Amino acid sequence: MTEYQRIMADLSKGLAPYTKGLFEVDENTELVGDLDLDSLQIMELLLFVEDSFDISIPVSILPDVKTVGDLAKQVEKIIGHA
Amino acid sequence: MGLFTKFESLTEGRAELCALGIDPFAVQIEKIISPTEGIIHGKHTILAGTNNYLGLTFNPECIASARLALEHEGTGTTGSRMANGSYSGHRKLEQEMAAFYGKRDAIVFSTGYQANLGMIAAIAGPADVVLIDADCHASIYDGCRLGGAETIRFRHNNAEDLAKRLRRLGPRAADALIVVEGIYSMLGDRAPLKEIVAAKREFGGYLMVDEAHSFGVLGERGCGLVEELGIMDDVDFIVGTFSKSLGCAGGFCVSNLPELDLIRYASRPYIFTASPAPATIASARQALRILESGKDLRQRLRDNAKQLHSGLAALGYTLGGPPSPVVAVVLEGKVEALQFWDSLLKLGVYVNLMLPPATPNGVSLIRCSVSAAHTSEQIDAVCAAFAKLRAKA
Repeated sequence: MTEYQRIMADLSKGLAPYTKGLFEVDENTELVGDLDLDSLQIMELLLFVEDSFDISIPVSILPDVKTVGDLAKQVEKIIGHA
Repeated sequence: MGLFTKFESLTEGRAELCALGIDPFAVQIEKIISPTEGIIHGKHTILAGTNNYLGLTFNPECIASARLALEHEGTGTTGSRMANGSYSGHRKLEQEMAAFYGKRDAIVFSTGYQANLGMIAAIAGPADVVLIDADCHASIYDGCRLGGAETIRFRHNNAEDLAKRLRRLGPRAADALIVVEGIYSMLGDRAPLKEIVAAKREFGGYLMVDEAHSFGVLGERGCGLVEELGIMDDVDFIVGTFSKSLGCAGGFCVSNLPELDLIRYASRPYIFTASPAPATIASARQALRILESGKDLRQRLRDNAKQLHSGLAALGYTLGGPPSPVVAVVLEGKVEALQFWDSLLKLGVYVNLMLPPATPNGVSLIRCSVSAAHTSEQIDAVCAAFAKLRAKA
C-alpha cells in the first residue's frame, strides 16, 4: 500500500459519518458537491485528519481542496515535509 | 463564471430575509438619545447591542476634548502618518497607552480591524507560522492572509491542542506567533490565557492577545484579561480598539519589544491609511484618563452583566458563556433567531443577530452587549422583553 493509498483509506474512514454507508468514497468525491459538507463539517473533518496523521493543516490550502483526492495529496505533501 | 457569480449565495440569503420581511443588516438608528437609548423605526428603543461597554460616547469631558481638537486642529488629517506626518496627539496617545500598560511603546492604528491586520501582516510573512484560536475575529484571519504566513488553527480555547500543534512545529515553534483574544466577541467566553502562556513557555513562540472586548472591562486598572490574570510580562503584543470601551474609533498595539517601532515601516495598513482625525484622538485620550480611574464604571458594568446574565438564565435560555459584557443567547435555527431578533426590536430592545458562518459551531445567536451606562431598570426591561418571547415560544 502506498502512502497515498493509506491516506485515502484513512480519509474514507473519517468521511464515513457523512456518507452514512450509502456510497463509497473515492478520490474524485467532492467534499461540498457530493458529500454536501458545510464549513463546520469540513473543519471537523480536518481536525480528524490532523489527529490521525499527527499533522497541522494550514488554513491556506483549503481553497485548493475540492475533492477527497485533493485533500489526500495535501496530507501527503505535509507528511513528506514533516 | 461571471464577475458577480460568487454573489449568488448572498443574493439568495438576502432574498430569504426579504421573504420574511426582516432585514437585520439594514437597521438605522434614526436618533441616538444616549449611550443606551435611541429611536429605531420611530420607536424608543433600549440599545443593548452597541459594545459601548463603559458608556462613554456621551461623556461631557470626552465631547469637550473632541470639540476643542475639532476647532483647533480641523476635521481631519487628510493623509497617512508616514506620508503626511503625525499630529502631536497621535504620538501623545501612543505614549499614554504605553504608560497605561507599563510597556515600552505603543502604535496607534486608524481602526481596531487595522490594528490586527497591520500587526499580524507585518510580523508574520510567508516564511512564518501563525497559530490562531479557531474562533478568532475576521481581522485576525485577514491579517494572516495579508501577510501570507502559514496559518494553523487550534481548537477554540484548547491550550492542549495549541501545545500539540506547537510540538508538531519542532524548532519552528520558537518563532511562531500565537494569536488569541481576551474575551471572544460572539459568545463572551474568555481565553484560558494562563494555560496558553504555559504552552508558549514549553515550546516557545510569541503571544499576541487581542483585548478588543476586554480592554477597559477586565483587570484592576482596565488593561484587560492579561492584567486580571497577572501575566502582563508573558504576553508579547496586546492589541485592542478604542471603538468599544473608549467610545470613539481607532486601534492600538502595545509591546515591550523594541521591534515594535519597525512595524511602522513594514505595516501596509498603517502606512497606507489616513491617520485618525484629531477629534477622535482627543476623545480617546480623554476616555483613557476616565478609564484609568474608572473602577466604579467597571463595577457597574460587572453588576449589569451579572443582572442580565442571571435574568436570562432564570428564564431558561441557553447562554453562550459565563457572565461578561457580552451575553449571547443560543437559539435553534436561523429563521427562529431572525424572528426572535425582530420581535425584540418590536418590543423596544435592540440587540445583535449573529448567524452562521460568522458564529462558532454553526449556532445562531442573539447577542447582547451590556454597558455601564445601562440602568438597572433598563436591564430589567430587556429581561422582560425576553420573558415575553419565552412565554410565546
